Amino acid sequence: MALRQAAIYGKGGIGKSTTTQNLVAALAEMGKKVMIVGCDPKADSTRLILHSKAQTTVMHLAAEAGSVEDLELEDVMAVGYGNVKCVESGGPEPGVGCAGRGVITAINFLEEEGAYDEDLDFVFYDVLGDVVCGGFAMPIRENKAQEIYIVCSGEMMAMFAANNIAKGIVKYATSGSVRLAGLICNSRNTDREDELIEALAARLGTQMIHFVPRDNVVQHAEIRRMTVIEYDPKAKQADEYRALARKIVENKMFIVPTPLEMDDLEELLMEFGILEEEDESIVGKKAGEVA
Amino acid sequence: MSNLTKDEAQALIQEVLEVYPEKAKKDRAKHLAVNDTSVENQKCVTSNRKSLPGVMTIRGCAYAGSKGVVWGPIKDMIHISHGPVGCGQYSRAGRRNYYVGTTGVNSFGTMNFTSDFQEKDIVFGGDKKLSRLITEIEQLFPLNRGISVQSECPIGLIGDDIEAVSKASSKEIGKPVIPVRCEGFRGVSQSLGHHIANDAIRDHVFDREGGGNGVEPGKYDVAILGDYNIGGDAWSSRILLEEMGLRVVAQWSGDGTLAEMEQTPKVKLNLLHCYRSMNYISRHMEEKYGIPWVEYNFFGPTKVAESLRKIASYFDDSIKAKAEEVIAKYQPLMQAVIDKYKPRLQGKKVMLYVGGLRPRHVIGAYEDLGMEVVGTGYEFAHKDDYERTNHDVKDATLIYDDVTGFEFEEFVKRVKPDLIGSGVKEKYIFQKMGVPFRQMHSWDYSGPYHGYDGFAIFAKDMDMTLNNPCWKQMTPPWKASAEADQKAVA
Repeated sequence: MALRQAAIYGKGGIGKSTTTQNLVAALAEMGKKVMIVGCDPKADSTRLILHSKAQTTVMHLAAEAGSVEDLELEDVMAVGYGNVKCVESGGPEPGVGCAGRGVITAINFLEEEGAYDEDLDFVFYDVLGDVVCGGFAMPIRENKAQEIYIVCSGEMMAMFAANNIAKGIVKYATSGSVRLAGLICNSRNTDREDELIEALAARLGTQMIHFVPRDNVVQHAEIRRMTVIEYDPKAKQADEYRALARKIVENKMFIVPTPLEMDDLEELLMEFGILEEEDESIVGKKAGEVA
Repeated sequence: MSNLTKDEAQALIQEVLEVYPEKAKKDRAKHLAVNDTSVENQKCVTSNRKSLPGVMTIRGCAYAGSKGVVWGPIKDMIHISHGPVGCGQYSRAGRRNYYVGTTGVNSFGTMNFTSDFQEKDIVFGGDKKLSRLITEIEQLFPLNRGISVQSECPIGLIGDDIEAVSKASSKEIGKPVIPVRCEGFRGVSQSLGHHIANDAIRDHVFDREGGGNGVEPGKYDVAILGDYNIGGDAWSSRILLEEMGLRVVAQWSGDGTLAEMEQTPKVKLNLLHCYRSMNYISRHMEEKYGIPWVEYNFFGPTKVAESLRKIASYFDDSIKAKAEEVIAKYQPLMQAVIDKYKPRLQGKKVMLYVGGLRPRHVIGAYEDLGMEVVGTGYEFAHKDDYERTNHDVKDATLIYDDVTGFEFEEFVKRVKPDLIGSGVKEKYIFQKMGVPFRQMHSWDYSGPYHGYDGFAIFAKDMDMTLNNPCWKQMTPPWKASAEADQKAVA
C-alpha cells in the first residue's frame, strides 16, 4: 500500500489531537504503520501514544544542538503504542518568535532525513487550530498531505472554522493535489448535530465520514495519557474510533471543497435553529435607545 | 551634439515610455519631466512611490536609511544589525564615513555587529539573544557610549520585542540602548528609514539625564546636520564655519558622537546639509526647543559663499564680517582652481542620478567649472526635494524620479553626456558604454568634495575622469581598422 498522508484541521479545542491519536491507535491495531507529526507549538499531539507529558520537539532539540542540520532522525522520533512513530515540530512559547516557521523547518527536516520511509502506511499531521499563516499550511502543500479531515461539532464557531479551513484548502487544491476527504464530527451533544454536520458536509461537497459520540471514557483514558483503544479496548467508544479508522482506510471521496458564503452558512445555521434570524433594526443601537 | 530642446526632451521621454506595458507606462510617465522655467510654480514629478517590479530600481530599504545613513556614522555607539548576518555585512564600511578614533576601542564605525539570526532565532524569537549580545558587547567593548538596535526584516515579521529588551539592557549596562524599527520592508525606499531613525533620536537621545558633552552653551553654537563626512566632507565644512567664528558643537552624523547629538538641542542654529535625511529632526528641534534651521550647500565656491552669507545672517555683524573675510581669503585659491580646470571642462554636459541632496546640490559646483547639468534625478526624494530642484536646474533639463535601468541607459544614449555621476551599480554599465563616470555616493574613493578644500579635489577628479586618455582607447581593433578603411575611402 502506498503511503497516504493526511492532515487534521479544525477549530482550537475541538478535539483534534485526541481524535487523531485514537484514530491512529485504531489504525495501528489494524496492523497499519503510522506516523504522527504534531504541528503545534504546544506539542500535545503524541502524548496519548507515548504516555508522556510532551515529547521533546524538533525545534527545541535544534535550538539546543545549534541548528536543525545538527540533528538526526532518531533524536526527534519516538515510538509509542502499536509502533506508532511520533514527531512533534514544536515552537516558541506564546507571544514570541514564529511558530509557523517552526512547522516549515520541522517538516523539511523530516523529509530530508527520510522520515517518510516506504514501510509507512499513513502519516497524520495534527495541525494547530486554524490555517493562520503560510507555516501552518505547510502540511498541505505540494507533496505533503493529500487528504484533509476537518474535525468539527454542531457548535456554530466550529462550523465557521470548518468553512474557513475549506477556503484554505481550495487555494492549495488549485495549485496542488490536496483534497478535502471529510468532516469528522466530534460530538458535543448539540441538537440534531449529525444532521447538521451532514448538511454542512453536503454543502461543502464532502461527507461526514464519521460521527464520534461523546463518551467519558475518552477523558478517563486521557487522564492516564492513553488512547481509548489502549486503555479500554472493549469500550464502545473504542469501536467508534475503529469504525472511523476503517472508513478512512476505505475512503475514496477526495474533493475540492465548495466553501459557503457567509450568508449561506448563516442560513444553514438558522435552518437548524442554531442562529436566530437577525433583527437588523437593533444593529448599532445602545441599550437605552432600544428601550 | 547640442543640447536637447524642451520639445526634443519631451519626445525622448515619450519614446522611452513606449516600450512599457500600459500600466507601467502610465506610472512611469508621472516620474519623468522636462524642466520648464517659463512656467511659474511648475508641477513636480511624482515621487516617493513604490517602484514597479522589474524596472531595476536603484533604491535601498528602510534599514539602509537608518543603519547605513543616519545611525551608522555615530562613531562611539555600537549599532547592532538585528537579524541575519547579510544586511550588516554587505553594507559594512561601504559609505566611507570617515571618523577619528581607534576602531574597536572607542569607535566602531567600520565594524559589523549582528545578532546573526539562525532558524531557531526566527522560531523562538531573538529577544534573549539580543539581550545576551548586548551584555557581551558591554564586556568586550566597554568604551562604547551606547547601543542602537537596527531592525532587519525578520524582526518585524516575528514581532521581536526589541523595545522591552532595549529598556532592560539599558538599565543593565547603564547606557542608552535605542530600539529602531527600520525593518527593510517598510516604506518604498531608504527614505522612511531616515524618518524612523530621526524619530528614534527624538524619542531616545534628547533630554537624557546626564546627556551632552558638558560644553557650556555659547551664543555661536551651531550643529551640522545631514553631513555624513564621506571622504571627510564634514571636516572640510566645519573649518569654514569655525573660521567665521561659529562653534560647531555637533556633527550629524559623520564623525559624530552620542554626546554631540545630546548637545544639539542647546545650539543657536542648526545647519542642514542633507535636507532629505534630517529635516525631520530639524523641524522637531525647531518646534520643541525653538532652534531655527537653515539649509546650506557647500559644493563649489559660488554656493559655499552664498551659504556662508546665509548662515552668517542669523548672527551678529562680527560673524557677518568674518564670513566675508573667509570668502575673500579663499577666493584667489578658488580662482586658481577654476583657471586651471575650467578650460578643460568648459561646456561639458553632466547627467546625475543620486540620492539625498546631491542631485541638486552639486549642480553649482559643476557650473563653477563651466559644466552643465542636463539631467538629474533622485532615488528616494519627496515632492519638497523636487520643488527645490526646479530652481537649480536650467530649462529643458531632464528630471527623472526613481529612474529605471532602461530609462537611464536610453537617456544617456540620446543625450550623450560627457560625464555621468551616479552609483556603483550604474558605474560599469556606463563605463563600458564609453561614458566617463564618477561614483557620486562615496566620491569614488576620493573626497572630500564639501567646502573650498573639497572643491579643489572635486575639480581635479572631474578633470581626471573626463579627460582621461582611456576614453580614446575605447574602439576595439576590429572596429578601428574598419574606421581607418572608411577614412581611406573618403
